[in-house]
Amino acid sequence: MDFGLSSDQVALQDSVNRFLDEQMNLDAVKAYSAGGDADACWQGLAELGVASLLVPEAQGGVGLSALDAALVAECLGAHAAPGPYIGSAVVAPLALLHAREALRERWLGALMDGTVSAGLAFSELAGARADAGVNASNGKLSGRAMFVLDPLAALQVVATREKHLYLVESAAAGLESRVLTTIDRTRACGELRFSETPAELLSDDPQHTAALLDHARVMLVADTVGAAQHMLDAAVAYAKDRKQFNRVIGSFQSVKHLCAEMAAELEPCRAMLWYAAYALGELPAEASLTACHTKAHVAEVGTFVARTATEVHGGVGFTDLLGLHYWFKRIGFNRQALGAPELVREQAARLQTL
Amino acid sequence: MDLSFGPEYEDFRQQVRSFLEARGDEAPASQRDYRSAKALAWQQTLIAHGYTARTIPKAYGGHGAEPDILKSRIISDEFSRARVSGGFGGQGIAMLVPTLLELGTEAQKSEIIPPTLSGELIWCQGYSEPEAGSDLASLRTSAVLDGDEWVINGNKIWTSTAQIADWMFCLVRTEPDAPKHEGISFLLLRMDTPGIDVRPLLDMTENANFNEVFFTDVRVPAGQIVGKRGQGWQVANAILGHERELLGDPNVALTRLNSLIELMRNETVDGTPVIDMPAYRDRLMRIQGRVMAMRFNDLRLLSARVNQQPAPLARMIVKLQGTELRHELEQLAIDAMGEFGLAYGDNDYLRDNGLWQWNYMYYLGLIIGGGTSQIQKNIISERGLGMPKEPKYSATGGAA
Repeated sequence: MDFGLSSDQVALQDSVNRFLDEQMNLDAVKAYSAGGDADACWQGLAELGVASLLVPEAQGGVGLSALDAALVAECLGAHAAPGPYIGSAVVAPLALLHAREALRERWLGALMDGTVSAGLAFSELAGARADAGVNASNGKLSGRAMFVLDPLAALQVVATREKHLYLVESAAAGLESRVLTTIDRTRACGELRFSETPAELLSDDPQHTAALLDHARVMLVADTVGAAQHMLDAAVAYAKDRKQFNRVIGSFQSVKHLCAEMAAELEPCRAMLWYAAYALGELPAEASLTACHTKAHVAEVGTFVARTATEVHGGVGFTDLLGLHYWFKRIGFNRQALGAPELVREQAARLQTL
Repeated sequence: MDLSFGPEYEDFRQQVRSFLEARGDEAPASQRDYRSAKALAWQQTLIAHGYTARTIPKAYGGHGAEPDILKSRIISDEFSRARVSGGFGGQGIAMLVPTLLELGTEAQKSEIIPPTLSGELIWCQGYSEPEAGSDLASLRTSAVLDGDEWVINGNKIWTSTAQIADWMFCLVRTEPDAPKHEGISFLLLRMDTPGIDVRPLLDMTENANFNEVFFTDVRVPAGQIVGKRGQGWQVANAILGHERELLGDPNVALTRLNSLIELMRNETVDGTPVIDMPAYRDRLMRIQGRVMAMRFNDLRLLSARVNQQPAPLARMIVKLQGTELRHELEQLAIDAMGEFGLAYGDNDYLRDNGLWQWNYMYYLGLIIGGGTSQIQKNIISERGLGMPKEPKYSATGGAA
């Protein structure tokens, strides 16, 4: 019995963190958020094997598990790193592994070496806003997908109203892609409009689509755990250093207790994330329920930590100088994306037929 | 990552289940059913099968098995699943026996542990005092050596089971001139010693779950000290952390959550089950998510124990998070019942015998007892996050 990370998993996180420490310092986060190019970062991550993590060794990948993928997502969140991770490294490869051989042959290699990336049009699976939704007919898509992750990527994995999955090339006829600016400038988010757009069927199995949605949600959770831990660490370090009234502010109970509350809420999220990620591959009967509860619970804790850690910093926490807000906004993004807490809790209730 | 316990343990789980099926009806209804012949016999049966006092040496009345964390967990899981009493709890077995095993003399071990395990001796714990709550080390109850006897004066509070206990283990000040943590000793005393007065302390549940105990020139043989003079603080702290973890046990919360789901299916407003009403339903799912988080945290702690890995922060937060969660769970049940949730005592409309209302109040006591939530936050921030300690103040009120 061993519910913890292996030494290989710790080493994986160390190597991704080392790379991101160099590539994604605060200046780099600011530059990317102001519209700079992040391709080099993604290329570097792909060279580390991040884009081929979930592909079996027999197919040229690293052959690791969903938990390993979540651990990488945690590193990305901790660094507020850009990159089309969830679509390119998690959902598209898993979808292609179950798809027709011709499709797999054509795209898997390019995804793994990072030369092609994939966006994710899954938002409507968690509940369509306004009149969003995509229909498929005779291999062509029509309609609109909102809040797409990485909408300008060369490939798009699109879920339809029937919960079938399609692969669309960004150059396809009848596809309009545009970026929507959000609070989180470290992520690319946007909208796809389809008009008789040619698409390749990846899967017509709604169960498979649901499993991939679980994967994507758990990756967002991992990102929040990483980002929230970063904010908590920053708050504790600041409170030990900043002096007011001739004392470090971390010696005041009001400040200490805020930090203790953050740690007390966040620490169980780590075990919850591990379990939810492990369940994706190993405990299929529990996977959806734990993914929903983990998505909702960690979103609530993340929001609490984001707000509280900012508050511990006082005025400087509110400024761009320190840049804490990039993590605040990242956590805010992860909360709404692919199902806000109220929506996934309702799904959790239904999964138990309550 | 490997969540299976392995075949040896699954066999063991089957053994426990078979035992519970065959003999479970011999158990008393409650762990608090002290003294009854049924409870005493059940305790003997459990010790003989190794389901309680499992790792305590046979010479001291235990079962004498090698320590095995997973087997112990399987036993407690299966007994709670079957809702069968796992034997006497209480502070004698949970707190004193492990302390004596670690720090007692041979005579103390062989005389005290066997009748404590069998249920023959019931213990109470004399730690807190009216002026020594969160700041326990400032306790004032004094013991002065007079010949070969300690003479004790002072009073204790929050002493559960004092009204039925045969013995007390307590902290007293024996070295009044030493710094406060170094002037305390750990004594054992008989509750029928002249000069002891036990007064029940009525609490908000309308029960006396606790007592006050007053000592007037109570004379105790000098040998009834555990550890050396002035080392009582270390003796007591050897096992305090364990008590805190038990108070936040998420497996208890899971049992209550399942009852809450039943309750919310049965309670209706204008004919609609409460569980179908979005606001209540969302609160239920929120609580369920939090219970899940604490269960996985608990699984991490179990694994850390088995594999001898540290998980200090994950352990430190259990009392704070677990007791707050349990209280909020009961609060949701009260809200789900609405006005029925106000019923208490003799009322025809009482649900589940008033357990929700009782727990709602009693669990507030758990948030305060065993180190308040505020003390837990001090511990987490200082020991878990390395933040500065509270400044020390002198007795005259100024910062030292």
